[in-house]
Amino acid sequence: MLLYAILCVPFTAGIVAAIVPWARWVGYLTTVANGTVLCLGIVLAARTTNRQAIGALDGALRADALSSFMVVVIGTIALLAAWQGIRYLGVEIEREQSSRRHGALYALLVQIFVTCMLTAVLASNLGAMWIAVEATTIATTFLVGHRRSDRALEASWKYIIICSVGIALAFLGTVLVYFAALHPVGRAIGSSSIQSHGAGVLDWTSLMAASGHLDPGVMRLAMALLVLGYGTKVGLAPMHSWLPDAHSQAPAPVSALMSGVLLTVAFYALLRFKAIADGALGIGYSRTLLVIVGLGSLIVAASLLITQKDYKRMLAYHSIEHMGLIALGAAAGSSLAIAAVLLHILGHGLAKAVLFLASGEILILEGASEIEKVPALLARRPVLGGIFGFGLVALLGLPPFSLFVSELNMIRAEVAVGLGWVAGISLVCMAVIFAVVMAHGRHLLLGGTPKSEASVATSRLVSIPLVSGLLACAAFGVLAWPLQPLLHAAAHVVVR
Amino acid sequence: MSGPAYVDALDLAAGAVLVCAVVTLWRRDLRAIVSALSIQGIALGVVAAVLAAHEHDVGLGVIAGVVLVAKGIVIPALLRQLVRRDPGSRETAASINVSASLVVAAALIVVAFLVSGKLTALLPNTATHLTPIGLATVLLGFFLLVTRRKAVSQIVGLLLIDNGVALVAFLLTAGVPLLVELGASLDVLLVVVVLRVLASTMHRALGPFDLDQLRELHD
Repeated sequence: MLLYAILCVPFTAGIVAAIVPWARWVGYLTTVANGTVLCLGIVLAARTTNRQAIGALDGALRADALSSFMVVVIGTIALLAAWQGIRYLGVEIEREQSSRRHGALYALLVQIFVTCMLTAVLASNLGAMWIAVEATTIATTFLVGHRRSDRALEASWKYIIICSVGIALAFLGTVLVYFAALHPVGRAIGSSSIQSHGAGVLDWTSLMAASGHLDPGVMRLAMALLVLGYGTKVGLAPMHSWLPDAHSQAPAPVSALMSGVLLTVAFYALLRFKAIADGALGIGYSRTLLVIVGLGSLIVAASLLITQKDYKRMLAYHSIEHMGLIALGAAAGSSLAIAAVLLHILGHGLAKAVLFLASGEILILEGASEIEKVPALLARRPVLGGIFGFGLVALLGLPPFSLFVSELNMIRAEVAVGLGWVAGISLVCMAVIFAVVMAHGRHLLLGGTPKSEASVATSRLVSIPLVSGLLACAAFGVLAWPLQPLLHAAAHVVVR
Repeated sequence: MSGPAYVDALDLAAGAVLVCAVVTLWRRDLRAIVSALSIQGIALGVVAAVLAAHEHDVGLGVIAGVVLVAKGIVIPALLRQLVRRDPGSRETAASINVSASLVVAAALIVVAFLVSGKLTALLPNTATHLTPIGLATVLLGFFLLVTRRKAVSQIVGLLLIDNGVALVAFLLTAGVPLLVELGASLDVLLVVVVLRVLASTMHRALGPFDLDQLRELHD
């Protein structure tokens, strides 16, 4: 019942938004719907923290602690994005950049996008999870191209082509896992080697139970394809090139959703498959793969961030960095590491969503996305500048924000399993990124000659969600309760 | 279906999939490329149908029908509409010439045979021995995608990858579970529809274009 509601509420709000032309109350409706998802996600988390899984729809839907944690993350970011979306669409329609009909399409696609992500984390069948992840690509392509400028169209073309290729490789990986599961090795022939040729084989529980009997040769190829394939959607090198374009061209609330949760939903898929592959191959193989793509992403992000002139692109490259960090944390693979990875997923989602939403507001007010053209924000727009500044502080991993705790724990875990050299390289990359972002941030917030214009107040529709997002991010960095038991339960789902 | 007829039919249909993939690399005329894709979709449907007949699997038979209609008829029809907007269009902007492409194609096919040794070792039979063809189609699709500059050729490259993956799925496991397979086919269809709409929008905004002209966003 709970699981049905989590899927139906945002989708129904989307249908309503599609039927009526855009109006402010529709925006509030979608906000309330996404807020409901968050509340239901918290209830679900409370019920699954004791390591019991909840099923629905004849076992097609299944929620364990990891799924319910992801539902909470999706609900939180979707709430923030929908809230800010009211302002974003309102301004667009006011300036006649888009029609009310177009606004309705936007709201529908955003709600479908959110529903697809929720389906991906609640599906018990890993094939169904693949379908849901693929569906997010379809739903977001038009959202990336929402502004219909040449650049937005270019970005959405690149986005759908590259992500479809990646997701096709992930499907090939899934097929190979299915093949390996149909023909388990090392079991007496005739006992249970001939499984029923049904959907159940790709279910998470049966795959985990059978993971020790999967053929290692097939699983090696499968895991490499899955890391490359889902890694494309996560934005990991070498298939990251769609990410900066899509994230910088999409409307701000969509960028927040894509950067804040879509990347990590794809990473969630990778975590599940990693657990299965580890059962068949031992932890070493997937660790090697994840270290390669993780370090690759960090190096790409550090070297390309230096030349960025556009603040939304800067944030996008920052996402590649954080996905690299998460991949390295998952490579360590201990339960401390996975708990830190999950906390990082939440902290990064919150901070990045706040920053993208704030940058959307800056773009609305200033009309420029180049860092050079937007100096001294703190003097001219104190609240917005303050939010952006604290968001950057959070994202750079400074205390008291939760990213500090999670980065520290991930590095501790990496050192503990003998990946100290990896932690060293990642610290160097983080230091470079820190210096670059500080330089950009200083110009954006303090630099230049402050114009004589008086400071401007920021709309409450913007400041309330963003400030509460930042407060939540800080709270999770200071307080261990209520999250800690959930994180440990979730980590135990994918760590033996 | 059993015995030599089954083996011949399966070999022939799977071989046709690979030949069509090579033809898309060889021809420059976009209409010919789309026709090759259409034949490939039909061949893929035939592979599924032969396997369904061999295994007496009704679900797989349904999938064979869906694949045949979607990949052999509907998707090529969508692409033909796109080609027609830009008559006389040829893939002129490819970054590698035809003879070099065919040499690379041969190399990729060899790679596919080397990689798939592990897969056929787990379950050696008539069907799994053909999996290198599926992997080769995936690799050729990749190659088409990165070397071609027309929107239509890139979509064809994507579909080659997809057909290759579908072929591997049919040959190794007689198709993933019915619902997953149908969902995947529906997804592909939607992706092509979205790409088709996007390409038309871009055509309106930019006129006849090569994707090389899209260079505003890069680092």
